[in-house]
Amino acid sequence: MMRQYFEAVAEAVFAALDEAEQATLWLSGEQSDFIRFNHGKVRQAGQVKQCYLTVQLVLGNKHVAQTVTLSHVLDEDQHMLLGVLADLRDALGDVADDPYLLLNTALQSTQRSEASRLPPAEQMVADIVAAAAGADLVGILAAGPVYMGFANSLGQRNWHETASWNFDWSLYSHGDKAVKRGSAGTEWDAAALQTAMAEARAQLALLARPAKTLAPGSYRAYLTPAAVGELVSMLNWGGFSEREMRSKRSSLLKLQAGEVSFSPMLSLSENTAAGLAPAFQAEGFIKPAEVALVREGKYAGSLVSPRTAREFDLPSNGAGAGEGSEALDMAAGDLPMAEALKALGSGLYVSNLWYLNWSDRAAARITGMTRFACFWVEDGQIVAPLNVMRFDDSLFRLLGSELEALTAERELLVDAGSYGGRSSTSQRLPGALLRSLNLVL
Amino acid sequence: MHELIEARFRALNPGVDFCSLRYVEEARETLAVRQGVAEPLARSLDRGAMITVLHRGGYGYAATSDLSSAGLQAALERARQWAEASRSQAVFDFSGYEPARPSGRYIGPGAEQPLDWQRRELTELLLAEDAASQIDARIVDRAASLGRLDVHQLYITHDGGSVEQRFRALIPSLVVTAYADGVAQTRSLGGQYNGYCRQGGMEILAQAGLAGAGQRVAEEALQLLAAPNCPSGSMDLLLMPSQMMLQIHESIGHPLELDRILGDERNYAGTSFVTPEMFGSYQYGSEHLNVTYDPQRSNEFAAYGWDDDGTPAEKVWLIKQGLLKVPLGGAISQARASLPGVANSRACNWNRAPIDRMANLNIEPGDQSLAQLIAGVERGVLMDTNVSWSIDDSRNKFQFGCEYGRLIENGELKGVVKNPGYRGISATFWRALKAVGDESTLDVMGTPFCGKGEPNQVVRVGHASPACLFGAVDVFGGEA
Repeated sequence: MMRQYFEAVAEAVFAALDEAEQATLWLSGEQSDFIRFNHGKVRQAGQVKQCYLTVQLVLGNKHVAQTVTLSHVLDEDQHMLLGVLADLRDALGDVADDPYLLLNTALQSTQRSEASRLPPAEQMVADIVAAAAGADLVGILAAGPVYMGFANSLGQRNWHETASWNFDWSLYSHGDKAVKRGSAGTEWDAAALQTAMAEARAQLALLARPAKTLAPGSYRAYLTPAAVGELVSMLNWGGFSEREMRSKRSSLLKLQAGEVSFSPMLSLSENTAAGLAPAFQAEGFIKPAEVALVREGKYAGSLVSPRTAREFDLPSNGAGAGEGSEALDMAAGDLPMAEALKALGSGLYVSNLWYLNWSDRAAARITGMTRFACFWVEDGQIVAPLNVMRFDDSLFRLLGSELEALTAERELLVDAGSYGGRSSTSQRLPGALLRSLNLVL
Repeated sequence: MHELIEARFRALNPGVDFCSLRYVEEARETLAVRQGVAEPLARSLDRGAMITVLHRGGYGYAATSDLSSAGLQAALERARQWAEASRSQAVFDFSGYEPARPSGRYIGPGAEQPLDWQRRELTELLLAEDAASQIDARIVDRAASLGRLDVHQLYITHDGGSVEQRFRALIPSLVVTAYADGVAQTRSLGGQYNGYCRQGGMEILAQAGLAGAGQRVAEEALQLLAAPNCPSGSMDLLLMPSQMMLQIHESIGHPLELDRILGDERNYAGTSFVTPEMFGSYQYGSEHLNVTYDPQRSNEFAAYGWDDDGTPAEKVWLIKQGLLKVPLGGAISQARASLPGVANSRACNWNRAPIDRMANLNIEPGDQSLAQLIAGVERGVLMDTNVSWSIDDSRNKFQFGCEYGRLIENGELKGVVKNPGYRGISATFWRALKAVGDESTLDVMGTPFCGKGEPNQVVRVGHASPACLFGAVDVFGGEA
């Protein structure tokens, strides 16, 4: 239904173009029920129905764009969009020719629509409250359809529609001691939820033990896939961006120059084919199935948006304007996850990291905190929960000389983020065993 | 538009204990240049409404961009359904909660005045500053931008409450990167994340010093390129307002948010080392520390007349002479915690529900000039302009980095140092506050990017602060 609405809107916009004009449309919409939980109960429940349309008007090498909210009332939206076109024509008179404009002319229409198999959100909430009975559950359930569409006046149409849920939650023991979990899908499974909740409750017993406070220093550490996700997300902060590379702000400059390398165990790619995000971007360029970024520790490539491609005379690989990964894939290693604690011996079991930032971007040196269920391990056995610690270390070290092993199993981490709208990004990552991690506070 | 929406809302027959509508319309436009070329012109017009229902002790909301009568009716019904569905399993029973029924109008500085927004001339200004920053072959990247924001809000209740608010803000920015021999240094005007963001009109360009900034910022980037790393060790630390804004934000603002203290944010943004019993008795900082929530400082980024639950906004002292007094909690959190608070129940837009947020959170000026602050340092570092921030989920152990540092030795400013950073613990850091600068050292900063909440929300906040001097801080520089 939304797709037909998008078609009708597109038809109205393109029919109103003058002969020399071109236009592209990018639609991003959702109808999401958001339910927050605290102390095992509902804190805030509601629904958001939103639909944003970005209209780009092109005349020769001049172009301007405006994003508007659609009302879902067709005649109102058509009328409003005619006004937007008039405003954009006026604005075209104020802008210069854009030497870096690159329009997609290789028309490739695609469609992926999945009918909703979700139960009413009220039922999901009832299942969650029942499963969490007596526990200090906190978190959020987001559920409902998400839509993304592209159209241009040359005739290309792309549509991506899924109905999914994402339940991001924690069970608290006391203070800041908690077990963190998250899951997502297109079908709701109350039994699986109960199982996950029961497993988390079992871990709470470990968190109830007296906590250990570590002195600053260097420690062996095992990082779960979620913690590894925090590390590699720092590389995604401009690191994979070709534009940031050219402007000398990428944290991977030294890697690209061959001055440093990661461990040969480390291979990273943008694996669109295995991810959840649409295979097209906002300007209608189709993403390749996979783009190698780091291969066996060496620089292998970057994410190149159409604008960067034009500026530096490179081929684009379908990256969005931000040139960030949306489906990051790290190759697995050979350490069975079940043997991770044994391989660690004595050191830190790090379930989650938190609030990472740069200490020295050019050196890929980062800082951040441990969070949630982190433990002190001795002889392969969990001994005590850890009080939170700050680390400060180089990614080239952590994922280079100090990387002892990666797990054979990987986890698909679905982003629970919802700034502006529900995220479709994901990461597929193994756990990592580190010879040392520098704690500073 | 807002008259039409109010009429449509008034025509609904809610049949619930309480119902409100919050309409938000935001128009944005950003002019930007990079490396001598204008970036694509980006505009947006975002509008929609959220209907909130309190009924039989339950709370529910529904937000929609369909502002027709049918669209608002559907939103009302969905909000009512959530109030019904959640009331028997909710954290808080709203049956005893009395929401505000406000009435009035707030017009921020310049919000109803014409804005001399000449795209060509302004783009030329940005291009001129961009060109002026190309002073050396080592300058490898330059960018400048100017954003405008016009906001129109309406908050109405089913039983007659009605508040209209209008705001205008301008956001100038300029960033320059220098690079040589494998080392890159980036310097900016007020920060790489839009630290100069204020309400008002074109006067903000002069206040931010945009004209002439290109060359100055580029010169400082080159100074940093040639500078040694910041030394490591325990020493005095003089923070300028463009770093103080971040220090206030992370280690006073967030820990004082009452919803964090109540546990709402433990799955995402985190909890707080502050507990309810600390208010009125806890010595948060030294006697020099005076912190206010001040929505009435009208040119600051988050000034307003009412918050998004309709509570009238007025200045409140949160910390006085170091003593913790009042949390940052809106009316609902105040009712849940049985604590006083402020009018800070805020949403980032029409499509997110209000939660406790910072707004304008400021440090009140002291009595020392910048020269006096510097003269009081035997060995230390001056740090300017935040570039890195990290703090634990209880808002205690932090590590922050700045763009620009200057050594201070025997009461005098010395050479530039690069990659200056420092770390500490909130609970003890503010007690090391040795002196606070006077009004002449104060600057009004802010950020458009304060993230928090589930679902996630980015809100605008303001931070006005003088320069502040801290003793015995753990300072460090770059590289391994």
